[in-house]
Amino acid sequence: MVLLIKRIHPLVLISGVVVGVAAVLLSALGNPANMGFCIACFVRDIAGALKLHTAAPVQYFRPEIVGLVVGAMIMSLASGEFRPHAGSAPATRFVIGAFVMIGALVFLGCPLRMVIRMGGGDLNAFVGLLGFFLGILTGIFFLKKGFTLKRSYEVTKTEGFVLPGALAVLFVLCLAVPALFAFSEEGPGSKAAPWAVSLIAALIAGALSQKSRLCMVGGMRDAIMFRDFNLLSGFSAIFVTVLLGNVILGKFAGFGTMSQPISHASELWNLLGMMLVGWGSVLLGGCPLRQLILAGEGNGDSAVTVLGMLVGAAFAHNFKLAGAADAVNDGVYTVGGIGTTGKAAVFIGFAVLLIISFINSTMLGKQEA
Amino acid sequence: MIDARGLSCPIPVVMVQDAVKKGNNPAELTVKVDARVCVENITRYADSQGYRVTVKEEDGEYTMTLKK
Repeated sequence: MVLLIKRIHPLVLISGVVVGVAAVLLSALGNPANMGFCIACFVRDIAGALKLHTAAPVQYFRPEIVGLVVGAMIMSLASGEFRPHAGSAPATRFVIGAFVMIGALVFLGCPLRMVIRMGGGDLNAFVGLLGFFLGILTGIFFLKKGFTLKRSYEVTKTEGFVLPGALAVLFVLCLAVPALFAFSEEGPGSKAAPWAVSLIAALIAGALSQKSRLCMVGGMRDAIMFRDFNLLSGFSAIFVTVLLGNVILGKFAGFGTMSQPISHASELWNLLGMMLVGWGSVLLGGCPLRQLILAGEGNGDSAVTVLGMLVGAAFAHNFKLAGAADAVNDGVYTVGGIGTTGKAAVFIGFAVLLIISFINSTMLGKQEA
Repeated sequence: MIDARGLSCPIPVVMVQDAVKKGNNPAELTVKVDARVCVENITRYADSQGYRVTVKEEDGEYTMTLKK
């Protein structure tokens, strides 16, 4: 036990606490409940703001995404870790990124929001956690069978600035000429903390996540594969901090599955959606948050993955793949859940990940170096 | 020599783990990586397996020597 604790870096715990505090505060200041941070939801909102989809309730240029990427970029530049690399199966990563996003939107949240929802008492998220765990186990199975998307190579410095730069320019444009973008008037996209607070919180969270390597999938993966609990401590710190924060702010109403904020109780699909996310994230080498952070460090493959997530989000709403939250309207409880196209998309996602996992492992014979 | 340059997480650690298992805890291993995060991850794993790790950096590439 002493050895395990010795190998946990305090910065991971600090990052988890800071992300947890920021998540609770951003929700208290206007972000949707249990959605202080959500990479999937916020990338989806940005897709809406850019009119890549037309789902009116989920359109807003979320400063949190810009802050996380730019915060990671600033920290990596300061610490000498901004070393642009690319070339590790970018098209495959794009496709995996898209299906990770679809799985997350079926569940209604990325792994980070899953932990935040758990801290908010949403038992549906615990079902998602089980699915996430099963997905990670599936990914680990293929890692042990030699899965790799092959190596990346050093690229020019400018390549590394493309995604952070594009996000920053679009965000400034959004502030200067908002009429160019779409903004929700109701629904989750209309609920937002003041943009400057969101941006500053995300810059800090992005910088800390870069330095600490915080990753939701990495936590479970490393614990299972190497008995390395370093990243899992960050995951746990977020859960405990959000739970305590909600209790302190009087927002915690106990654990339950019904009437949870932006959540549905279709448990099979909560499980399968997050299983798709867990499996895909292991193949990518990190959760959606980690992909944003790596993109900020100049990783071109992660930048392509983020673009895949953006397109996946647009598909999720244009083709009605995303889950619908359970809701109470005029005193009537409306059950949400997943439509037929969403269910089909999850199974297509599993088929695609299975093909990618087989092709890129040594199960079909030895891979070339 | 394990060349894990350019590979994303956690493949470099998996390669070291494979080498440790297949070599039945070899007394010495050399690993080449090109990201500090890989150095940190491999060091934590090597430490858990009782290896002492020394790292040399040259032009952004790290040569790690793991010794029992």
